[in-house]
Amino acid sequence: MATTAPENLPSATQERPIGFGRLKRKEDARFIRGEGKYLDDITLPGMVHGAILRSPYAHATINSIDTSEALALDGVLAVVTAKDLETLGLAWMPTISYDTQAVLAGDKVRFQGQEVAFVVATDEYIARDALPLIQVDYDPLPVVVDARKALDPDAPLIRDDKPGQVDNIATPTWEAGDEEATDRTFAEADIVVTRDVMYPRCHPAPMETCGMIADFNPETGQLDIYNGNQAPHVHRTVYAHVAGLPEHMIRIMCNDIGGGFGNKVPVYPGYVCAIAASIVAGAPVKWIEDRTENLTSTGFARDYIMHSSISAKDGRITGLKVDVIADHGAWDSTAQPTKFPAGFFHICSGSYTLDASHVKVKAVYTNKAAGGVAYRCSFRITEAVYLVERMVESLALEMEVDPIELRMRSFIAPEQFPYETTTGWTYDSGNYAETMKVAMDIAGYDELRREQAEKRERGELMGIGISFFTEGVGAGPRKHMDILGMSMNDGADLRVHPSGKAVVSLSAQTQGQGHETTFAQIVAEELGIPPEDIEVRHGDTDRSPYGLGTYGSRSTPVSGAAVSLVSRKVRDKARLIAATMLETRPEDLAWEKGRWYVKGDPEQGALIEEIAQRAYSGEPLPAGMEGGLDAQIIYDPPNLTYPYGAYIAVVDIDPETAQVTVRRFIAVDDCGVRINPMIVDGQIHGGLAEGIGIALMELISFDEEGNCLNSSFMDYLIPTALECPEFELGETVTPCPHHPIGAKGVGESPNVGSPPAIVNAVIDALRQRYDVDHIDMPCTPDRVWAAMQGRPEPPQ
Amino acid sequence: MHVTIKINGEDVSRDVEPRRLLVHFIRETPGLTGTHWGCDTSNCGACIVHLDGQPVKSCTVLAVMADGHEVRTVEGLAVDGELDPIQTGFHEKHALHCGFCTPGMMMACRALLDEKAAEGRAPTDHEIRTAISGGICRCTGYMNIVAAVRWAAEHEAQIKQEA
Repeated sequence: MATTAPENLPSATQERPIGFGRLKRKEDARFIRGEGKYLDDITLPGMVHGAILRSPYAHATINSIDTSEALALDGVLAVVTAKDLETLGLAWMPTISYDTQAVLAGDKVRFQGQEVAFVVATDEYIARDALPLIQVDYDPLPVVVDARKALDPDAPLIRDDKPGQVDNIATPTWEAGDEEATDRTFAEADIVVTRDVMYPRCHPAPMETCGMIADFNPETGQLDIYNGNQAPHVHRTVYAHVAGLPEHMIRIMCNDIGGGFGNKVPVYPGYVCAIAASIVAGAPVKWIEDRTENLTSTGFARDYIMHSSISAKDGRITGLKVDVIADHGAWDSTAQPTKFPAGFFHICSGSYTLDASHVKVKAVYTNKAAGGVAYRCSFRITEAVYLVERMVESLALEMEVDPIELRMRSFIAPEQFPYETTTGWTYDSGNYAETMKVAMDIAGYDELRREQAEKRERGELMGIGISFFTEGVGAGPRKHMDILGMSMNDGADLRVHPSGKAVVSLSAQTQGQGHETTFAQIVAEELGIPPEDIEVRHGDTDRSPYGLGTYGSRSTPVSGAAVSLVSRKVRDKARLIAATMLETRPEDLAWEKGRWYVKGDPEQGALIEEIAQRAYSGEPLPAGMEGGLDAQIIYDPPNLTYPYGAYIAVVDIDPETAQVTVRRFIAVDDCGVRINPMIVDGQIHGGLAEGIGIALMELISFDEEGNCLNSSFMDYLIPTALECPEFELGETVTPCPHHPIGAKGVGESPNVGSPPAIVNAVIDALRQRYDVDHIDMPCTPDRVWAAMQGRPEPPQ
Repeated sequence: MHVTIKINGEDVSRDVEPRRLLVHFIRETPGLTGTHWGCDTSNCGACIVHLDGQPVKSCTVLAVMADGHEVRTVEGLAVDGELDPIQTGFHEKHALHCGFCTPGMMMACRALLDEKAAEGRAPTDHEIRTAISGGICRCTGYMNIVAAVRWAAEHEAQIKQEA
C-alpha cells in the first residue's frame, strides 16, 4: 500500500479546489430548497402510525394494563404491551454495553418516561388520542435519583430483574493509573488542592427527534428500516440478534438526519416496537417521538459526580486523583468500548506531564433515563477534560500563579511525543505551548488582564477563563476496542467508472457534518478527480461497506483514512495500467494530481480518466490484471488521534442579577491537517454554542420523586443567537503521524473544551470579591447568585 | 371543517379537524415537507412560515385559522427556479449543517430582510440575531447565519442599485 505524504495543505482562499480547501458544500443544494429527506418526510403506501404510552412514575410496580378502551377507538389497529412482546421474545433487549433493557415495561417501571405500551393507528393524532385510554394500574415504589444515595445499603433495589443483582452498582469499579505512586507524589507535593466537581446531566437534543419507519414484507421476509441513526450497520446487527431476523434480509436506510450529537447512536425501545408492530400489522409503521419523549427517555449526557485532588511541586503540576460516581440511569447503555466501562475518562491527566495519577469510576443505577455517552463526547472525554481543567485552574488560584503560566510549565513538550500518559494513552503529536500562545495573541491576553483589573476597581465583574484540552478520538484499534464484540473499524468502497467519474461508499453516517463534500475532497485530493464528479454514498446498509458509524469524532480519523487509502489503492492500480499504456515500467512513472507521467518526460502521461477508460476497455492490461478500477478497504487505525486546543473565554457578570454573558470566545484548535477549513470552522462554531449552553443553561434535573423538570424546550434551555458571541478562531496544524492525510478529527473538540473555559471565567470574575472557588454547572443566575451570597447552590 | 389556504400562490383545499396544526396541513396536503416540526412548544422555529407576509410558527397556528389566508413556505422562496438571495447566502456562508432548522431560519431571515428593505436599509447584526432568536440551531452556533443574512442584504442592495 502506498504511503504518500500529503502534498498540498488546504488553501484558505481556493474557492473550487480539486482536493482540500474551502469548497462550498454539495449537500446544501437540497437543504436550501427545503428538499432534504428527513425521516418524517417519508410516506410509504399503506403506512400506519405508532405512539408510545410512557410511565408517569419513576419507580412503580405495574399490576395490570387494560387496553380495551384504547382498542375500541376508531382508527386504532393494535396496542402492543410487554405481554405481546414476550410471545415474540422481544420484551427485553441488550444494550450496547452488555446490559439488558425492557422494550416495554412488564411488571415494573424504572424511570419516568419508560415505555409501557405501543399503539398502532391509522393516523398519528388518533394514535396519540388512544394513549390516555390505556388504563395502567401502578403501585409507586421508593425512588432514587441521586447516584450517591443509590449506594446506600438501604436504597431500593432498581434492577431486581437481574439475577444476582443485590445493589445498585451498574459496573464493577474501574481503575486506571497507579494509586500507590499517586499517593507518593501527593506526599511529596508542595501543595494539594481538593474539589468536588459535578458534571450535571444534559441532553444532545438534536433538532430532529428520533423515530423509525419499519416495513416488514411477510412474503419475502425482508425488513426495510428508515431511521436516522449514527451507526446503521451496528443497528442492523443488533436487530438481527434481538429479533432473530436474518441480517442479510434487513436493510437500514438513513436519509437526511437532523442532527445527532450522540443521541442517535443507541437502539431505542421505540425502534424495536415499530419493527414488532410492522411484523404484527403487516404494514409499514411510522413512529416519531415528540420533544418531551426525546428529552426524557433517550440518551442523555454526563451525570458524573467527581471528587478530585491535584498536586504541584516546584511550581509544576505533578499528580491527579479522581474518584467518580457515574449515574447511568436505569439501564447501563453507555455505548462504551468493551474494555473501557468508563469510556476514555482516564484521559483526564490532560495535556500535562504528570508524575502519577489514579482514576476510579463506579457506575450506579438510578431511577432516571439511561444513556451517558452522547452530546459530542468521545466516550467520557468531555467529563475528563472538564475535571482536569477545573482542577488545574483551582490549583493555579491556590498557588497564586497565572493559570496560563501554570499550564505552560506543565505542558508535554513537542519533543516528548509520542507521549505515554500516566493512565496508559499514547498521544500522537502536539505543540501545546505554541497553540496556547496563538490563543493568547488573538485574545490580547495581557490587555484583557489590564482591563479586568480596571473593571475590578470599578466594581464590575469580568472574568477570563482558560481551558487547554487534549482529546483522544477516532476509536479505534481493534486490538483495544470493540462495541458489542465488533471491531471499531470502518470500510470504504471506491468505484471509478469508465468516464473517470467515481462513487465512494462509506460506513460513516453524516448528521450534518458535510460528509458528501469532505469525503469527495479526500478522493479528489488523492486521485485528482474533481469533487463534483465524485458521489459519496452512505447511510444505506445495502449500498455501503460495514463499519461502526459516526460518533466520537471518528469519521475523519477512521473513515477519512479508509477513503484516503482506498483511493491510493486505485492510484496504485492506475499506475500499472498507465505503464502499459505508456509502454514503460511502473517505477519510471511519477504522480501529479490526476495524472501518471514519465519521469524525465512529463509530456508523456495518462490522465486518471484515460486510465479509467482503459481499465474497462478491450485494450490490453498488464499481465494477470483484472479489468475495472475499483477498490475496497477496511481500515483498522493503529492508534487514536489526539486533537487539542487552547480556549479563552471572557465573561461579564451582572452584579445585580448574576446573569453571565459570554462576551468573547477565542478557540484555537489543532486538529491536524484540515480537509475543508470552512466545514472545520463550522463544526467549531456549533460545538462552542453547545458548550455555552452546557456551561450556562442546559440541565436535565429531577425532583425527589423522579419527575423530570426539564422535559421541553420551555425549561431545557438552549442558547439562541443572542447568547452566542462572534467566535474568534485560530489554528495550528500538527499533522497526525499515523493518519494517511495527517488529520485528527474535530467535531467534538469545541463542546469538550468550552465548558471549563466558561466556568473558569465565571470563577475568575467572582473569586476576589466573593471568595467563590467553585460553582457547578450550569451557571444560571440563581446558582451564581447563591454562590455570590455564600449560600449553597440550588440542587441540579 | 373545510379550509382553503393559498400556499406559495396555489389554493389548497381540504376537510380538516379543527385541531389540525398548520404545520401538519402544509406537510400533508400539498406534501411540502420543507417546513419541519421540532418541539411542540413554539421554541425551536423549525416550522416558521410566512402567514400573510408575517413570520409565524406554524406549529402554533391551527390550519383553520389560516383559512382564506396566504402562506409562503421555504419551497416558495425560489422564483422560477432562481434562488432567493437568502438561500444563496446560506450556501455561500456555510450557514447550515444538518439543514433541519434551515427552512425556518431562512423564512425568519427573509421576513427581516423584507422589513428592513421597506425601511431602505440593511439589518444590523443585533437585529439579525434578535430576528433569529425565536429559532434554535444546534449545529452552526449562529455566526454563519448572521453572515448569510448580511450577504443577502448586500447582494439585494447591489441588485437594486444595478436596476
